[in-house]
Amino acid sequence: MRIQEPRTPRAAAAEPAGGLTPVAVPAPASQIRKFLQSRGSSSLADSTFRWLMVLCALSIFGIVALIATELVSSSKLTLTKFGMKFFFGSAWDPVNADFGALPFIYGTVVSSLVALVIAVPLAVGVAVFLTEMCPKALRGILSFLTELLAAIPSVVYGLWAIFVLVPLLRLYVNPLLIKTLGWTGLFVAPDFGIGMFAAGVILAIMILPIISSLTREVMTAVPHTQREAVLALGATRWEMIRMGVLRNARIGIVGSIILGLGRALGETMAVAMVIGSSPTISKSLLAPAATMASVIANEFAEAADDTYRSALIEIGLALFLVTIVVNMLARLLMWAVTRGAPARVT
Amino acid sequence: MGVSIEVTSLNAWYGTNHTLLDITLHIAANEATALIGPSGCGKSTFVRCLNRMHETNPIARVTGEVKVGGQDIYSQTSAVEVRRRIGMVFQRPNPFPTMSIYDNVASGLRLNGFRNRRVLDEVVERSLQHAALWEEVKDDLKRKSGASLSGGQQQRLCIARALAVDPEVLLMDEPASALDPVSTAKIEDLIFQLKVQYTIVIVTHNMQQAARVAERTGFFLNGKLIEFDSTHKIFTNPSDKRTEDYITGRFG
Repeated sequence: MRIQEPRTPRAAAAEPAGGLTPVAVPAPASQIRKFLQSRGSSSLADSTFRWLMVLCALSIFGIVALIATELVSSSKLTLTKFGMKFFFGSAWDPVNADFGALPFIYGTVVSSLVALVIAVPLAVGVAVFLTEMCPKALRGILSFLTELLAAIPSVVYGLWAIFVLVPLLRLYVNPLLIKTLGWTGLFVAPDFGIGMFAAGVILAIMILPIISSLTREVMTAVPHTQREAVLALGATRWEMIRMGVLRNARIGIVGSIILGLGRALGETMAVAMVIGSSPTISKSLLAPAATMASVIANEFAEAADDTYRSALIEIGLALFLVTIVVNMLARLLMWAVTRGAPARVT
Repeated sequence: MGVSIEVTSLNAWYGTNHTLLDITLHIAANEATALIGPSGCGKSTFVRCLNRMHETNPIARVTGEVKVGGQDIYSQTSAVEVRRRIGMVFQRPNPFPTMSIYDNVASGLRLNGFRNRRVLDEVVERSLQHAALWEEVKDDLKRKSGASLSGGQQQRLCIARALAVDPEVLLMDEPASALDPVSTAKIEDLIFQLKVQYTIVIVTHNMQQAARVAERTGFFLNGKLIEFDSTHKIFTNPSDKRTEDYITGRFG
């Protein structure tokens, strides 16, 4: 660059660069300055606001603590009687007052995993289609229908599953799975239709909307310049989606999966109606099973004696703990996957 | 009228990264002061320290003294009060997209509870005139969103928004770097007229821009203020070799 002789301010003022006529300078509006100064530091308002927000945040701790203490105090009977054995025992014999929660913990975790395996690819696919390739006319309808799925009550899903999904699985899907994937041991006869797999499928349908709508949100938030940058490198549409969109949105997508998982872990009614309510641990997904939530729903009304009721409440406590542990693991996984990764562009 | 700024041994950090090293300088009232230097030299951090914007980043830290009109903004007042007195225009135009042009300009006063309609109308018109935008938008004041304007118009809207609270100092962080030459010329012209009333500090990558608008220029390099002098001296006869190398394009 050449060293340039600077124009003096006066000369430039007389001959403005943009060819604009200079604005007549009005008297300084000291009225406004005075008004603003009279406003003070507003530090009282700021600290009030801050304490209010702190109070709101603390109420979360309060609610969680209340739930935890209530669960512990109401299940004291079995807590003292069985100790840690309760969580690792697999017997569930109300008649002889012998209780172990392991089959239900297993049922909850496995049915949720089955749901994720089915729902995640489907939900991400729906989101990719909606954000990247859907014709405008179809987009509104499709996203409305997806969100409608979230509004259907659990018990309606359960009824639909009993009358439609379970026969469908028993007649067409399960025989096929037994034939093709039977060697894994996950799909072996006998097949009653109801069971772990049916519960997983209905859970998948129920968590599909939350995962797909949140995934769509984060994908839409990826700036357009990122897509253009990838396209300009000669990427195909799929490569653009993979590198320019999904890569940038992955933290948000994992977050939406965790939310879906949280919902699957606690889902009660629909699962209770199709899982078969059997406190057994079986490798075959076609066998009847039970989850923590479903056993509470199915048996609480008939829990006549104190030990039985206490055992069911302790199952609730276990569900509470499992949800916390699974969420923590999911977060750990998210941290491990994204560690050292460049921050997501905003 | 604008006020002068007295900066004494200002140090700033981002985390463990020491981005400003012991800056001391005097910014005169009712003048434009330009800050030049290569990317990452600390000039943006420096202006952000002048209205306590730097500390909005949780890992940022500042030490030293900044006196605006004789008042130490770090010890004698709150950040909120400081920012009411010191306006800022950012590199990318950032009008509020959900507000009309009128509401954008009025936002600073409204958020402080200013309700006088008549005065508000006056202030909006005067600020837009000051920012040389009035003629272009006066028919759509309440109809069009701030985001519907072109880039150059948006930046002038942001200047009008900053002027509406009648600040004593106006900080501009590369206000024209995202704009085309015509809009840039308009902004520079504006700076010329505004410095009669306000103290202006402008960060720029464009050395001709610094030469055109500023009375004084500071050259930053690696977080240090290498040289601070009259613009004429900096661009014709710099006393530091590094300044000369930079303005002649030998590095940076």
